[in-house]
Amino acid sequence: MSEHALKPALFGGPWMRENLFLGMPFRAYLKSLVTPANAIAAAILLAGLPTIAYRFWRGLGAATNLSQTNPWGIWVAFDVVCGVALAAGGYTVACAVYIFGQKELRPILRPAILTGFLGYALVLFGLVVDLGQPWRLPYQFFLTPGTTAVMYEVGWCVFLYLMVLGLEFAPAALEWLGLVKLRRLLGSLTIGIIVIGVTLSTLHQSSLGAFFLMTPGKLHPLWYSPFLPIFFFVSSLAAGIGMVVVESALSHRAFHDRLDPAASVDLDRITLSLAKGGAIVLFAYFFIRLQGLVSSGRFDLLATGWGAWYLFEMLGFILLPSFVFAFAARRKSARLARIAGVLTVLGVILNRFNVSLIAFNWNVPDRYVPSAGEVITSLTIVTIGVLIFRWIVNRMPVVNEHPDWRGAH
Amino acid sequence: MNLNRRTLFKLAAAAGTAGVVGAAAKSRASVVPAARNARGVLVDTTRCVGCRACEAACAEANALAGPEKPGDDTVFASKRSTSPTAYTVVQKGSLKSPAGEDRFAKTQCMHCVQPACASGCVVKALEKTASGPVVYHKDRCLGCRYCMIACPFGVPKYEFSSATPLVKKCTFCAERQAKGLVPACTEVCPSGALQFGARADLLEEAKERIYQNPEKYVHKVYGEDEAGGTSWLYISDVPFESLKLPAGIEKKSYPELADGALSAVPFVITLWPPLLMGMYTFSKRRDEVAAKENDGRQEERHV
Repeated sequence: MSEHALKPALFGGPWMRENLFLGMPFRAYLKSLVTPANAIAAAILLAGLPTIAYRFWRGLGAATNLSQTNPWGIWVAFDVVCGVALAAGGYTVACAVYIFGQKELRPILRPAILTGFLGYALVLFGLVVDLGQPWRLPYQFFLTPGTTAVMYEVGWCVFLYLMVLGLEFAPAALEWLGLVKLRRLLGSLTIGIIVIGVTLSTLHQSSLGAFFLMTPGKLHPLWYSPFLPIFFFVSSLAAGIGMVVVESALSHRAFHDRLDPAASVDLDRITLSLAKGGAIVLFAYFFIRLQGLVSSGRFDLLATGWGAWYLFEMLGFILLPSFVFAFAARRKSARLARIAGVLTVLGVILNRFNVSLIAFNWNVPDRYVPSAGEVITSLTIVTIGVLIFRWIVNRMPVVNEHPDWRGAH
Repeated sequence: MNLNRRTLFKLAAAAGTAGVVGAAAKSRASVVPAARNARGVLVDTTRCVGCRACEAACAEANALAGPEKPGDDTVFASKRSTSPTAYTVVQKGSLKSPAGEDRFAKTQCMHCVQPACASGCVVKALEKTASGPVVYHKDRCLGCRYCMIACPFGVPKYEFSSATPLVKKCTFCAERQAKGLVPACTEVCPSGALQFGARADLLEEAKERIYQNPEKYVHKVYGEDEAGGTSWLYISDVPFESLKLPAGIEKKSYPELADGALSAVPFVITLWPPLLMGMYTFSKRRDEVAAKENDGRQEERHV
């Protein structure tokens, strides 16, 4: 352990310069923030944050296209239902590394956990924007818990899992702050925390599908199935793998200067190892979806327009990425694996949109299309996530290892 | 295999924490069984004249803005729907009776025997009372609008235009009932189309009317087993679809549809942690053996 890590002065001048302003004097740091990417982010936030304020001032009706027949829009479908699935990389990789001992995935573990943590935090943010009276969110925990509701279980799981993800990511923050003792203590609890995290994820990932078990007349029969919870769980694994493939490729490029040249992480090899898992999970997912179709017996619906849309999802965004992953693993092409990763992520988004929005209320004449305010709000939430992710990765040991803690996590 | 004290402790901690959730997450979505004499209403649509006195009485009892264009039959031209300011509306059927009369059906909350809305409500803002009504506690509702997603009849309506919005729907005049009064709509109905009483008795009455007039009535009581049974029951001499009552509702109780998923929760909570810990121990042991073999080989090389 070097002296550096034990330095007690947390908020002294040099510490702030090193750890907050990326080693630059404050003015130079401010200047370095003027970039095209930041300009776009600022424009989105300038449009989005007032929209959110307007929504709270004037109510949901003023800012959204929600209606009595379409009470859920993209703030639920994208911010919450997609958000939870796309944040599944955290538990998927944590389980692979710690439980199954896939040590080669270690370099992408922290980025995956950070993505998961921020993902869930933003799900909560999206939920607060969408709920009619979000200040009553705590009621379900201690005032009037609706123990018979699927949402009750999801609420508890998401709340606890957010804390678990915080604990899973905390080592990086503690290394950054140089809090050695706390970091060691957390290190000794890792496995317990991971096990709880995987259990909670299994529960709520599947339960998001269980929301729609009570909507047999509203959700199109090609998507409605008593197996929805299982579909949601298995596809969350696929989403986790797809997100990690895509996100690690983007991070590798964006944070190239943060990478430790000595560590020489072979991202292509990691990506190919993920590709194998992706191929298997997607193939299994395709077949259980097929079993859902067989058990509903509604093959006649395949000949309709909805049938074409269903096949588009099943073949184009489940079976195709499964084959591309398998082909990529066989040909050792990380580039192909990344294409499959993108297809997988799009496929899970498509599926969640189909279940919660597109094939939902399929037989109702009054169809929902999101308002500009809804779209800009969702975009704002994603932008906030990307900005926080970048801020943390540029400071804390996420894509690289802290010199004092090499090989420790 | 060394399952030492520490590992065991970790396992216990994991299982313990999960157990807290499990204990709280009492599964099974079904709600209180209704009392034997739970109240209901029988709507005999062959007697309804479409006067909309029920709409006016409802508005008055619930302090809502009065019904749309009272006394003006042009409102029937398009399909009508309940709203945050109208808990009940009368629909005009698309078919006439065999005798050439117009047919109407009053719509409102059906007050299901096993309501999807109440079983899915995360804060118990909607609650099924043993005497029949599905009541709403406005001081609990956080506005997730899942009741609107779950209700097969499309009943709960939301105040989208308010900054502190609430769900609005027919209350079955639960407060009036508690005082020994009958629901306002049933009190004013001039034609005898609405009959208030114990659901079990009304169901028998409905079947009796069909049995006595088999040529007149459709041989079905709408609400007998729609969504597992509703407090409001309808009989008619024209197809129910023509009265714009939702068709194709599952005959099962809706909360039961989620029962399977909810009862899996305790199993995942109790089985996952030991299973995952087992796999962890297994993969750790594998790595240790591999490391030892590796060391051995290196030593050989050194010798």
